[in-house]
Amino acid sequence: MSMHGPIATHRSATGVPTGRLGTWWLLASEIFIFGGLIACFILFKLNGTPGFEDASLTSVTAGAVNTFVLLTSSLSIVLAHAAIEKGDQNKSFTYIWYTIGAGLVFLGIKTYEYTGKILHGHTITENLFWSFYYTMTGLHALHVIGGMVIMALISFDIRKGYNYQRVELIGIYWHFVDLIWIFLFPLLYIANF
Amino acid sequence: MSQAAAAVETGIHAEHHEDLNFLHKYILPLDHKIIAMQYIFTGMIMAIIGGYFAYAFRMQLAFPGELVPGYGLVGPGEYNMLVTNHGTIMIFWVAMPVLIAGFGNYLIPLMIGCDDMVFPRINRLSYQIFLVSALVLILSFFVKGGGFGGAWTAYPPLSSVAEYNLTDWGSSLWVLAVALEFISFLLGGINFVTTAMNARAPGMKMMDIPIAVWFIVIAVILFMASVGPLIAGAVMLFMDQRIGTTFFLPSGGGDPLLWEHLFWFFGHPEVYVVLLPTLGIVADIITVFSRKKLFGYKTVLYTAFATGGLSFVVWAHHQFIAGIDPRMANIFVVTTVLISIPLAEMMFSYIATLYGGSIELKTPMLWALSFLAAFLIGGVTGIYLGASALDVYFHDSYFVLAHFHYTFFPITIIGMFAALTFWFPKMFGRMMNETLGKIHFWGTFIPFNCIFLPLFFLGLAGQHRRIYNYQHFPDLATQELQNIRIFATVSLVVMLLFQLVFVYNFFVSMFKGEKAPDNPWRANTLEWSTSSPPPHGNFKKLPTVYRGAYEYSTPGREEDFWPQNVAPE
Repeated sequence: MSMHGPIATHRSATGVPTGRLGTWWLLASEIFIFGGLIACFILFKLNGTPGFEDASLTSVTAGAVNTFVLLTSSLSIVLAHAAIEKGDQNKSFTYIWYTIGAGLVFLGIKTYEYTGKILHGHTITENLFWSFYYTMTGLHALHVIGGMVIMALISFDIRKGYNYQRVELIGIYWHFVDLIWIFLFPLLYIANF
Repeated sequence: MSQAAAAVETGIHAEHHEDLNFLHKYILPLDHKIIAMQYIFTGMIMAIIGGYFAYAFRMQLAFPGELVPGYGLVGPGEYNMLVTNHGTIMIFWVAMPVLIAGFGNYLIPLMIGCDDMVFPRINRLSYQIFLVSALVLILSFFVKGGGFGGAWTAYPPLSSVAEYNLTDWGSSLWVLAVALEFISFLLGGINFVTTAMNARAPGMKMMDIPIAVWFIVIAVILFMASVGPLIAGAVMLFMDQRIGTTFFLPSGGGDPLLWEHLFWFFGHPEVYVVLLPTLGIVADIITVFSRKKLFGYKTVLYTAFATGGLSFVVWAHHQFIAGIDPRMANIFVVTTVLISIPLAEMMFSYIATLYGGSIELKTPMLWALSFLAAFLIGGVTGIYLGASALDVYFHDSYFVLAHFHYTFFPITIIGMFAALTFWFPKMFGRMMNETLGKIHFWGTFIPFNCIFLPLFFLGLAGQHRRIYNYQHFPDLATQELQNIRIFATVSLVVMLLFQLVFVYNFFVSMFKGEKAPDNPWRANTLEWSTSSPPPHGNFKKLPTVYRGAYEYSTPGREEDFWPQNVAPE
């Protein structure tokens, strides 16, 4: 199969490149998946479901550090995009790996949090709050892992000199993963409504 | 498009469409036409399984406790498994793959004049996930305890607690299969929308797009926006089943009503997700066979937008007796009745298209017209059910069952046959036999009405759904009611037998039928401007579009059609 693909992929009736348009639609569908989970969580919380006071047991510090790490990684992927726009493969490669590194730090802190909670008996089946906590952060973590794997693949691609536009696409995705976290952090760590 | 861009296109063209070996052409294809066939054939095989299940449980209802020829004894648990999986298969593994994924894949690139989907590999992945989901569902029938029997709506706690449903792994595999199927169609949907937005032929403006493409795209967007919460819900249900969370269990603080909301927030738009592609296909067929411009192209389009929008605010009409706040029921009655307005408007547009046309009753046209007639009955009976006061009595009765079969049967089965008979010449390069096609049409349409019309009366008599033997209920065990059940079952068997005519016609025509010309129906849309069947890459030279899709019987023109790609003189 040639690298070029069908003509359809290269057309742009809207003026938006096809890859970017597809990414936006992917993220649109993801919004509804996370939106469904978040809406369920909020409804249970507003109903005063027992167990939701356990939100005070999550570590705001760990959550805040993770927010900082993830937001910083969004900066580094933007820098990777800026570098590849100028055709600087090596610089872009480095920034992509900074981003992957930040993802690893995020997952490390998450693992530390999970371990601590489970050792204290706060497992996924303890009550609804913890069920939501592990489901929501777990689904988010899977998105982080997926993004890191794709980033690694893209980093080697651009070194060989092709698919530069994919740096931008994974960047859009990475911002989305960030944005989900911006919703999860207050809901699961700091909100007390 | 500029000259330079056209030159680039020619360059890519040459590289993309090299000769492929059998494995890459048919087993791991990137060509949207072959992927479409994979979806359609998989859907048709699943339809056989779904039809076989219907045969088994209808026989049990007509002749309770007797051995069903070709199946055996239907026990109470097995009866539940059969009705559950009949519903699941027909909606998720027949209607979705054939109408949206199958014809969406086949028609979108051809009708908008490009060589393939914009993401061919995602397209292939989407089918592969779909195939796995079908295999997981079939596997669930054979695990210990048998297939899931808690109805296709899977209300917890019945669906989430193994002690209640007695199908420990059957229910989990069912949830897994449905979730995989959703993921597959999300991937496919992203591809469809992006393709229709970006890959249109030069000159094709928004209002030149054939209604079939528009409606498939609107359906896909509805699907994307409604299925997300249910994917989250399916994950939650799966965790309730397998690791003991209590999202939907009151004993652990959860709420079974939450599942109903998540399910129907998807489940009701889903009706329109499968309805819209058929409405689009029907619009294209009736314009071709009445040789008239579609009456009110924009009106039809805007009514579809209105239907799509409203479909998100009607879901709780499925839950009037589930214990929701009666004040909420009032609101949902209003929205439910409102949604019939755009659909009625669309129906009138179609009838106005037929009015005064030179109608040719070819097989596809018969299917299209019968769709309008049958769906009308389904739509009108829906208004009764949308009124909460009436629904309290009708809920979960055979009236509901007859109502939604009068919507889903025309959508899925009639829509599928309309599309298959219409595009068969393009797909396989040969014509289907008209006489056999008409025999099959009448042999399907008459028994279909004989099956489901009587069920309205059974529902009015108080017959409840999902009961495997009415002889246990003195009021429902009368010979009079039993005769109606036997009549419906015999009609079903007759209808199933007539499908053999279709199978024969389909396969014999595919190999031995009369060679089809490029444009046998003298239609305007772009797929008819290429050879039958189209080559890999669809068009020898990619078309340019000069006008809308429905320029039939234009005054002052010698021919009564004006293809979209023919340059004005």
